[in-house]
Amino acid sequence: MLSRVADAVLWMARYVERAENLARFIDVTLNLQIDLPRPGAEQWAPLISATRGEAAFKKRYGGAVSERNVIEFLTFDRENPNSIISVLHAARENARSIRETISSEAWEQLNAFYHFVRNANPDDVHRSPGDFYQAIKNHSHLFNGVSDGTMSHGEGWHFLNVGRRLERADKTSRILDVKYFTLLPNVSDVGSPVDDLQWSAVLRSVSGFEMFRKRYHLITVERVVDFLVLDREFPRAIQHCLIQANISLHKISGSTPGAYVNPAEQLLGRLQSDLAYRDVRSIIDQGLHEFVDSLQTQLNQLGDAITQTFFDPQPAS
Amino acid sequence: MDQAQGAGAGSGFAGRLTFADYHGETFYDEFFDQSGQPRDGVRTLVDRINTLPDGDLLHRQQAIELSLMRMGITFAVYGDQQGSEKIFPFDIVPRIVSAFEWAHVEAGLKQRIKALNLFINDVYHDQQIINDGVVPRSLLEDATSYRPECHGLTPPRGVWCHITGTDLIRHSDGAIYVLEDNLRCPSGVSYVLQNRQVMKRSFPHIFAEMQVRPVVDYPIRLYETLRSLAPDTASPNVVVLTPGIYNSAYYEHSFLAQQMGVELVEGRDLVVKDGFVYMRTTRGHERVHVIYRRIDDDFIDPLCFRKDSVLGVPGLMDAYRNGRVALANAPGTGVADDKVIYAFVPEMIRYYLDEEPILPNVPTYICDREEDQKYVLDHLSELVVKPSNESGGYGMLVGPHSTVEQQAEFAQRIRKHPRNYIAQPTLALSRVPTICDGQFEGRHVDLRPYILYGNDLWVLPGGLTRVALRKGSLVVNSSQGGGSKDTWVIAADQSQLQTQAVDELDHTPSGKLR
Repeated sequence: MLSRVADAVLWMARYVERAENLARFIDVTLNLQIDLPRPGAEQWAPLISATRGEAAFKKRYGGAVSERNVIEFLTFDRENPNSIISVLHAARENARSIRETISSEAWEQLNAFYHFVRNANPDDVHRSPGDFYQAIKNHSHLFNGVSDGTMSHGEGWHFLNVGRRLERADKTSRILDVKYFTLLPNVSDVGSPVDDLQWSAVLRSVSGFEMFRKRYHLITVERVVDFLVLDREFPRAIQHCLIQANISLHKISGSTPGAYVNPAEQLLGRLQSDLAYRDVRSIIDQGLHEFVDSLQTQLNQLGDAITQTFFDPQPAS
Repeated sequence: MDQAQGAGAGSGFAGRLTFADYHGETFYDEFFDQSGQPRDGVRTLVDRINTLPDGDLLHRQQAIELSLMRMGITFAVYGDQQGSEKIFPFDIVPRIVSAFEWAHVEAGLKQRIKALNLFINDVYHDQQIINDGVVPRSLLEDATSYRPECHGLTPPRGVWCHITGTDLIRHSDGAIYVLEDNLRCPSGVSYVLQNRQVMKRSFPHIFAEMQVRPVVDYPIRLYETLRSLAPDTASPNVVVLTPGIYNSAYYEHSFLAQQMGVELVEGRDLVVKDGFVYMRTTRGHERVHVIYRRIDDDFIDPLCFRKDSVLGVPGLMDAYRNGRVALANAPGTGVADDKVIYAFVPEMIRYYLDEEPILPNVPTYICDREEDQKYVLDHLSELVVKPSNESGGYGMLVGPHSTVEQQAEFAQRIRKHPRNYIAQPTLALSRVPTICDGQFEGRHVDLRPYILYGNDLWVLPGGLTRVALRKGSLVVNSSQGGGSKDTWVIAADQSQLQTQAVDELDHTPSGKLR
């Protein structure tokens, strides 16, 4: 397929996934707020840094971190390139340039998703935010379902899948990273009763609470990390996302899984197999934050490799 | 959901919409004759509408507008303050054309396109029509879209305009006239197809009942026309070349590519190497054989035409000249887009085909001719004066609606550059009932049928009916407040209700890009 089109499909998928994850981010903070009321800034500030919005936020709101400001900033602020409305706009612009590649149903659903946020009344959102962010998740689910159900699972769909999975892996790692620090200001807090409520909130924000319970029953920090990072079956777990992205990457090139024919496959293969043979103890010993940092760096390198391999190919000699 | 824009989205009028109070006035009304009786083929629809429950038609109109918004069938309005997207306004009442009338129109269009093609081919070869004094040489050479670079080029079978959109109007005398031919990148057919789709959902049974001819096979016919340009290749790779998403007709480029199942490319996706055209794919370079280009000649190749164009493909014209790639429409067809050249089309038909024109031109005064210029200057308040080389309805003078100052300004322009202006009598365009603020009122329409010229000539039954939505306005262009309606051509017999089966299309994977 056209390089430009493959690039646009991948980024469309990344942006939609990003919008959903922003909603989840905000959602988990809202839930933690209910269970563990603390001064607003403490709860909400980490969201700004996690989305790399410190400079833009400061410019717009000065130093005033509050629930209202952060929600406004991350949802409706058009000057923030990482707000929900901005990324949906970007998703839609990408989709618009490739309408003949995605199905018309997928386009219409993305269009409806964008207009839903665009037409939302911020005051209504502040009044009942839970409903709003749930609706965003639903729109994303619908887009995923429609695109999976109506696009042929050929090269175009595989690029979509790669974009979606890599974005999801990245954002799940950020949710984990930010919340780990918010919830555990002291090492001595590990294992305390207050953990349960807080980690439940994190699990619920990735819609994984029930699946977690099925597998592990009782909550401990190690188990939560094990689930969110290393689980092979849960759709939002990092390992699962990388496995699926890897499969799609191989389908694109037609190469044998387990070997590599281009730099992107090589990088992803190494990343995924590293995770496949790790245990959670080694992650915690390394330091969760260091682990997440390293993962994100490798994901960035992978993104570059994908661009180099497929979107900017050297002409055939 | 945003309030959709368009006729009939008025504030909750719940009353009955009927034709009981509808007046044709002095204009030709497409639905009703002078005595108020429904014309041939219209009665069924009129009866149906008259018996709809209160508010039903308005409800359907709004549902259609929501559909169009959801489908994202929008266009960008240049010069509009918000620079945003709008849906092309749509009115639910269709324009209806009888089988008998359509047979006449179709024959006239085929004749006209055939002659135009011969003219363009002649102009870029021996120029016999000029040497024989039928068309003055100076007029040809001053046509701004005349491309000397195209001299000697020989597109397959001598066909230059593969896709033409000819604008027709009906005057108050009841006759159909040709307003202009668009043979560079005529647009609007995507609206025809989408309008029909939403209308069918709204009135599912009436199409069969009234025997309306289908338009659904346009994409397949278009595809076959394009394929026919590469006859030596078993599975030619056909692409649609677009300037990109910021072009006002982008939606149509994308829609047609999708309907035909071919790639939509931009200039930057293509590269000319070793004389052949390739597209950049995730697996390297793939050969391109036929390009349906929706970019104007000027921008298509910076090595040949405008050097500053970033939309085109360097070296494309070389590849075309050497027969390594086919272009539809061929570069150079714009010469006949000129309104002064238009005035000579009836002469072309006589010269090349030895026939009388079936469809007449609107009487046209060429300001470059001394006696025409005198007449025009003396009758400015009655005429419509148009620049011979622009499109979109900007920069004209509509005599009866103009001020003395505006007329004086135009008189100056005409005297200064007479070659750039033509004038025509003010036409009393026919009208079709349209929903305006919850009532039926007549609004002026024109019609743009589409003609394909591949192995032979084919005319899409119907075309785009454009309607001037503002009361009293005669300007139907989308960029200036126009909208559209569905066009129903009644079938003469059963065979005209069939669509082309997908038969000889090549389905082998080798030709299809993976």
